Amino acid sequence: MNDVPSPAELDALRLSLEVAVRSVGFSLPLAVLVAWILTRARFPGRMLFDAFVHLPLVLPPVAVGYVLLVLFGARGPIGAWLRSHFGIELAFTTAGAALATAVMTFPLMVRAIRLSLENVDRGLEEAARTLGAAPLDRFVSITLPLMLPGILAGAVTALAAGLGEFGAVITFASNIPGATRTLPLALYTAMQSPSGDALALRLALLSFALGLLGLLASELLVRRVRRLLGR
Amino acid sequence: MLQVSVLRTRPGFSLEASFAAPTPGIIALFGRSGSGKTTLINVISGLSVADAGDIRLDGEVLTDTRAGVAVPVERRRIGYVFQDARLFPHLNVTGNLRYGEKRSRAAPQIIGFEEVVALLGLAQLLQRRPRELSGGERQRVALGRALLAQPRLLLLDEPLASIDVARREEVLPYLEALRDQLAIPMVYVSHQFEEVLRLATHVVLLEAGKVLAQGPVNELSLRPELQSIIGPDLVGAVLEGVVTRLDPDSGSADLAVGTGTLQVSLRDVPVGSRVRLQLLARDVILATQPVQGLSVRNALASTVTALSNDDYGAVLVRLDVGGETVLARITQNALRALNLRPGDAVWTLVKAVSTRGHAFRLASGP
Repeated sequence: MNDVPSPAELDALRLSLEVAVRSVGFSLPLAVLVAWILTRARFPGRMLFDAFVHLPLVLPPVAVGYVLLVLFGARGPIGAWLRSHFGIELAFTTAGAALATAVMTFPLMVRAIRLSLENVDRGLEEAARTLGAAPLDRFVSITLPLMLPGILAGAVTALAAGLGEFGAVITFASNIPGATRTLPLALYTAMQSPSGDALALRLALLSFALGLLGLLASELLVRRVRRLLGR
Repeated sequence: MLQVSVLRTRPGFSLEASFAAPTPGIIALFGRSGSGKTTLINVISGLSVADAGDIRLDGEVLTDTRAGVAVPVERRRIGYVFQDARLFPHLNVTGNLRYGEKRSRAAPQIIGFEEVVALLGLAQLLQRRPRELSGGERQRVALGRALLAQPRLLLLDEPLASIDVARREEVLPYLEALRDQLAIPMVYVSHQFEEVLRLATHVVLLEAGKVLAQGPVNELSLRPELQSIIGPDLVGAVLEGVVTRLDPDSGSADLAVGTGTLQVSLRDVPVGSRVRLQLLARDVILATQPVQGLSVRNALASTVTALSNDDYGAVLVRLDVGGETVLARITQNALRALNLRPGDAVWTLVKAVSTRGHAFRLASGP
């Protein structure tokens, strides 16, 4: 009888969590910025920008992974630059898996944050203005706290979705045990092996539990923060 | 002095308003809904942009489109109490009050936190969230929040509009206290003449984006332009006087107005207080001979100075009563029966009880 859970399973779980957390940490500030631009800024090409941000929702994940490989691979324009200037390697690394996950979950996060920003009463920002608050001050003291439920919901949803990102990760970061073999990749690998049925089932159930937990946590967190915000 | 002369044109509405009013004091912007009152204070606050014109407060330029000056809203130091209060829902009452205070450290201190809390009766509310407050409490917090930003001008956009009529007394006395105790000029938007009567020192009458008339309340009460807005039943001269005698048992008081004395229905106002009251033109009775055996408390010797038809088939008689002007509204039939002409001497009869609810104390008595 094998150890349950096996070191490989624990590795996959740990990696999945690490990749998801890093991807959210990396993309959250950017998602707030993009949500703000999409909600408040008026510029030519806004619709195109909007569509571009949402592209990962409709593209095959493999295609996203491929584009990342072309851009961020060792010989890609951005990848080569990052490597020579900062010594950062993305393709076939955990950081790369996080990048691929971030790109895939970005639209989810932007949508949630944007929705909450649209619900922020501009009148409150005007009131802050008459009380002497400059633009950045208004954003930090009024807008940001009021959109906090949306930011948290976006982050937790992206985190839960990020635990299970498969196509873009395997294409861009490959399936390296201990580096990029996250839960879904381990599950896929187990399914390919003739004796992996039990392992595959366990990993599938684990993914299921994690997803459910993530969504529930998101809902509870949002309710709690709403109450704190006085709504 | 607040001097405003602005133009703002948008599809469907254009505002072209000029007025100058003394400061401190309460300047009432009075007019029907849609007359441009809110647009005008938004332009004064800077939240809306003037297409052309200038705004000066005590000589300092806030907006001057010709010189390209437009002080940003956040640096105007103009407080704004919105119709819907707009308290920050994520902060408690203290947090809301301190918001402007924290951002006004560089400004000259006009009023402190404790003073605002005492003046507006906020001590019991400090830990509450905005959603736990009544409409009147919300407006008082909004007022306090605006005051603590140390404004040199306070704009109030119908602060009572979202409060039940019965609960407006939760706010009105506080507004009177601000007027009488602080030297902060205010612009008060309203479409209720009673609020104007009670609070204002200067009135600007707006209609369809234009200023119809402006001036002190008593002068403005005689203008025909006001009548077209408030309707015939609320027309009446506004007089100011000093309480000389008080009879608490009957709830009446003697008021020295001009060279004469008026007996009015008034309670809880000490001798020596300044009082403003409106004599509704429809309640004023004229007699060509001295009358006897009537319950009317005031029979004042007066002279007819002018006659005009009002827009509702009646006649508005303008009278000189001891140097003050009073309006009486009578029917065409009454005019014919009395055969009144300008210059005629008449008795102006005013029931003391007809002033009830139309008389307000102006500043604190001695």
